[in-house]
Amino acid sequence: MNSSMLFNITTFAYLISMLVFFAFLASRAKVVGTAAIAIAYAGLFAQSVAIALRWKESYDIGVGHAPLSNLYESVVFFSWTIVLIYVLLDIKYKYRVIGAFVMPFALLGMAWAQLGMNAGIEPLVPALQSNWLLYHVVTCFLGYAAFAVACGISIMYLIKAGSEEASDKAAGSGLLAMFPPMRVLDDLNYRSIMIGFPLLTLGIITGAAWANYAWGTYWSWDPKETWSLIVWFVYAAFLHARITKGWVGKRAAWLSIIGFAATIFCYLGVNLFLSGLHSYGGK
Amino acid sequence: MTTPKKDFLHSLWDFFCSLKLIMFLLIALAAISIIGTVIPQGIPPEEYIAQVSPAKIKLYKALGFFDMYHSWWFILLLYLLTVNLIACSIKRLPHIWKIVTQPVTTMNATLEKSLANVSIIHIANDPALLKEQTASFLEKEFAKPLVTEQDGAWHLFAQKTPWCRLSVYFVHLSVIIIFIGSMIGSIFGYKGFVNILEGETVSKVMLRSDEELDLGFSLRLEQFSVAKYSSGAPKEFKSILTVLENGKPVPDYINARVIVNDPLTYKGITFYQSSYGNAGNYFFTVTDLDGKNSVPLTVNSQSSVNLPDGSSMHVTEATDDVSPFAAGLSGPAAQVELHSPNGETESFVVYANHPELNIEHAKEHGKGPVLQYKGAEERMYTGLQVAKDPGVEIVWLGCFLMVFGIYFAFFLSHRRVWVRIQNGTVTVGGNANKNQGAFQQTFEGLVDRLKTELIKEKE
Repeated sequence: MNSSMLFNITTFAYLISMLVFFAFLASRAKVVGTAAIAIAYAGLFAQSVAIALRWKESYDIGVGHAPLSNLYESVVFFSWTIVLIYVLLDIKYKYRVIGAFVMPFALLGMAWAQLGMNAGIEPLVPALQSNWLLYHVVTCFLGYAAFAVACGISIMYLIKAGSEEASDKAAGSGLLAMFPPMRVLDDLNYRSIMIGFPLLTLGIITGAAWANYAWGTYWSWDPKETWSLIVWFVYAAFLHARITKGWVGKRAAWLSIIGFAATIFCYLGVNLFLSGLHSYGGK
Repeated sequence: MTTPKKDFLHSLWDFFCSLKLIMFLLIALAAISIIGTVIPQGIPPEEYIAQVSPAKIKLYKALGFFDMYHSWWFILLLYLLTVNLIACSIKRLPHIWKIVTQPVTTMNATLEKSLANVSIIHIANDPALLKEQTASFLEKEFAKPLVTEQDGAWHLFAQKTPWCRLSVYFVHLSVIIIFIGSMIGSIFGYKGFVNILEGETVSKVMLRSDEELDLGFSLRLEQFSVAKYSSGAPKEFKSILTVLENGKPVPDYINARVIVNDPLTYKGITFYQSSYGNAGNYFFTVTDLDGKNSVPLTVNSQSSVNLPDGSSMHVTEATDDVSPFAAGLSGPAAQVELHSPNGETESFVVYANHPELNIEHAKEHGKGPVLQYKGAEERMYTGLQVAKDPGVEIVWLGCFLMVFGIYFAFFLSHRRVWVRIQNGTVTVGGNANKNQGAFQQTFEGLVDRLKTELIKEKE
């Protein structure tokens, strides 16, 4: 058993979990929901073991480093954090159906990594040889993952809000019956961002501290830095929206979705379309 | 007093205090910041200028797009944000401060009605005794209460983490502290760059503002080396440096190692491994086609030389062993670029162990001259970033305050419990400024246990 096989099992588990979540939406049978999250747990477990194994494998081939050093490893880690944040939220608040809107993000990440990327373990280039790599990447991605979950919840909120506007009768029928009430979705959205925002802040600060340590400048308006600040501004706006008249509800949900779009651009778009300090090694 | 002037000031004040302004500023800053990630910052590279029309370049320059994060309009937005933060805090802080420092310690009917959590326990017992029991219960289970007697009723008040209401102001303050730190850095600090050849000593560095700065001491590069992984990817860039004061090495700063992610700091100035290169010489001989009239030729890796026929030549790359690049060949080789007087450019390889190939190449291109490669003398130089930033500690202080401020603001809540003991009833009220759902459970548990305790004590 090696890490690569386990990552394939993970991808498959997330696919099945997502499909069972969809079945849960349609069937409204509690046991189906339990099955869906159980498969998600199994996938998360397999992925955790796989990440630890990959870490060990890197030492076996003599280039030992945390598996957070290139695009492949970061996408895999991102997917892991998304499922982690989701199950934590489920343990605390028990709105299982959210999984139907969160697991697709995790699956997308794993599928892209497994099918479209080079999975080879590479040695660290000098710029990444620092303990800051671990702190910086872990905090950033936990933050990103919380925003992914918030985005899924916001999509549910907007679907629910849309259907309630469309029909006067209580939206107690069909798929939407499974959705938590709008008040709860709004609250969960806020709670996810409450987890994500401090982590993003820490991620930006650890990045700045690292940059200062390695290059003597904690902020240089590099596109990656600037985009992380843009994301920070959007979520800061979201947090203030909750106490601002006329910004509660749908507008806040849109801010959360825009925030996640900016997050994804910060994570991937900057590397694919712009130039700068974060080049993901060989890419 | 409703003079127009006062009205204007008043509305200006309201404008700066408004949440709408902060929403506008945050979204505007987010949107505007995108410009500088799409348009290159600093001196625009030639490829960029070639892509974009001159009119656009002129417009972008006029708008300050090439240094937008230091442009007046971007700085103005940051100033507005600061003023907004301060104004909001001034407006709301006194009220919050009063809640924190002068709590309402008795629960009257109005307060009771406004509370989300109220429970009544009916119990016929001596009020003074009930008061004692409730007080010790609260101290044990929640927080030490303040007991007062008013209008024939006993009032108890207990609260937890009232100061967490202030944490949001610490977050706002932290933003301002970070701004102050960055200003101190830009006024009293500098960023610069220096290249040092192996064996060379420098005492001046070039600042980003194109000024030369005298360090007040000097720095000697003893050695520069590059280590590689077996795959050929770089593993380590290492400069060995010695600091000299008045020409004498400073103890503890002799043969100091500087690698990427591990800089050297001396007298508040820090040197960071940033780039490197070879400033050594390549040696050639130039002959006629028949091998006569041999003339030695030295080409520095940083410059080009003129050949007898008027063309200029420089070396783009060289190797000690060409075999990995060309099967069947061996020995040193250099890739050179020739610019002939008529404007033609050609790039080719000159070998040390294969003179016949060099002659063949010269023949193909006419009459010569023939170049023979003789090898290289490597002389590495290191490129160091130089920085001094006395504001950086203040920035970290701001960051520290921000992280803790956000944490406290999000995850702690000010929880208050009031108890009124009167006419055989114990009325308990509770309130939390955040996370009401969780507090409701805490509150219900608290009341249940209090009830059990009071009844048990009675029996």
